[in-house]
Amino acid sequence: MISENLLAIFYLISGVLFILALRGLSSPETSRQGNLFGIIGMAIAIVVTIISVGNFSTGFLYLLILLVLGGSIGAFIAYKIPMTAMPELVAGFHSLVGLAAVFVAISAFLNPEIFNLGFSGNIKIASLIEMSLGAAIGAITFTGSIIAFLKLRGIMSGSPITFFGQHYLNLTLGLILFGLIFYLCKTQVDTWFWTIIIISFLLGVLLIIPIGGADMPVVISMLNSYSGWAAAGIGFTLENTALIITGALVGSSGAILSYIMCKGMNRSFFNVILGGWGATDQTSLGKSKEQKPVKSGNSDDAAFLMKNASSVIIVPGYGMAVAQAQHALREMVDVLKKNGVKVTYAIHPVAGRMPGHMNVLLAEANVPYDEVFELEEINNDFANCDVAYVIGANDVTNPVAKTDPQSPIYGMPILDVEKSKSVLFVKRSLSPGYAGIDNDLFYRDNTLMLFSDAKKMTEDIIKSL
Amino acid sequence: MEIDPFIFRLSIFILSIFIGYYVVWSVTPSLHTPLMSVTNAISSVIIVGAIIAALAVKSGNLFDTANIFGFLAIILAAVNIFGGFLVTQRMLAMYKKKKKDKK
Repeated sequence: MISENLLAIFYLISGVLFILALRGLSSPETSRQGNLFGIIGMAIAIVVTIISVGNFSTGFLYLLILLVLGGSIGAFIAYKIPMTAMPELVAGFHSLVGLAAVFVAISAFLNPEIFNLGFSGNIKIASLIEMSLGAAIGAITFTGSIIAFLKLRGIMSGSPITFFGQHYLNLTLGLILFGLIFYLCKTQVDTWFWTIIIISFLLGVLLIIPIGGADMPVVISMLNSYSGWAAAGIGFTLENTALIITGALVGSSGAILSYIMCKGMNRSFFNVILGGWGATDQTSLGKSKEQKPVKSGNSDDAAFLMKNASSVIIVPGYGMAVAQAQHALREMVDVLKKNGVKVTYAIHPVAGRMPGHMNVLLAEANVPYDEVFELEEINNDFANCDVAYVIGANDVTNPVAKTDPQSPIYGMPILDVEKSKSVLFVKRSLSPGYAGIDNDLFYRDNTLMLFSDAKKMTEDIIKSL
Repeated sequence: MEIDPFIFRLSIFILSIFIGYYVVWSVTPSLHTPLMSVTNAISSVIIVGAIIAALAVKSGNLFDTANIFGFLAIILAAVNIFGGFLVTQRMLAMYKKKKKDKK
């Protein structure tokens, strides 16, 4: 047994270590050390908790078995998962945190004495509010992340599912939730507690189904944020500093990422949450498009252009992840570099399906991170570059965003690919991108379309080089 | 009148939000994916609640419903802790600088 005060100090230390873990991520050099701080913080929290409970009988044995079991499952997944599946993995992990929060809240509700929260049927009001909020947010995170996981995994269609009165239904459910929390505090009847959890599960599903595939970066960040707030809610219930600090950190981190992603698409957060982009726009646009002339080429043309260029900028997008083309791409760049071509990478904030998705894939393919640039850093360089190689990106290069106020993506920051001397656009067909709008870039004089799978085309270019 | 301990916890909470705000803005965009996986790992510190819930024996019965929910939460959190930290480590190990000695 250790004293309550000492325990609280240890929790504070792990909270501080978690802050340092995030701080480490400000640069790749310090990031590995940061991760180590996080691990130490977690170890401290777990060990002192076990010591404080002081129950080293059978229960402790079960605890160890479960830790090892869960830990090995986690470790197995962490080592096996391909980098392209990272968005699904993160979504899946969020769902686990959410469910764990629900379980801890249930446990505290059923057995409040052990957490000093009062007695069954007479739990402190503040604790009741905290635990029901924690359980509700946890439940929303759980089902919401499962839907996000299914959509990212392709098990469920990525297109938005909308129906009449959806937003009013969600709003009503949200209000009912608050009403139920109020009644729970007033009556202490456990039926209300269970109803809160069930409605929150339902709400989680309803909130995520209207959001389409390419808005997933926002959704994942948002669920990340929710899992933090759920942890903080439980932290208040359990009067645990480590949980409160962590919850606040994770909550604000997810919120900031959502904000960055929304800004990358020039859309408000509510606009994304309230659902489908493609759903409404597709009908009005795109259909009446007349066929415009397009220049298309093959791998030899592309190889010729790039070999004779002095600088090439590569613009990767979700298509590169789908085709697993990052390794082939790196090989191509290696060949180009041997020919004295200067190659850099330009990454749009919302490229891919989660924040930083493209960076991880390029890192996996051994692309040094100091050759990879963000939109603001590199956008001016397109004007001086000979060839822009667009691989798997589409909407984030569409000049319409700057020129046509009617367009749904008007005002979205885009990579100024069209300013480079020539554009090589690897794409399977001329079909519009996620936003459901035609890309003006296809029809420019300096654009050469390469109709093929991203990986196959890149490999062909290597051969031609 | 003494200040309610809740106010102290609320202060910690609010100040941590601010710390989170400034710390996360300084995270380089190329590390946003590891940021998500590491925040996911640390939010599993909820396991401390699960451990207390699972191990506290009220009526001599370790497998009270409340305990079982605690044990379930331990598994879920353990998957996250190990999975989250290890996958972050795996990702971070891939971020390399340009080699100085270019052939």
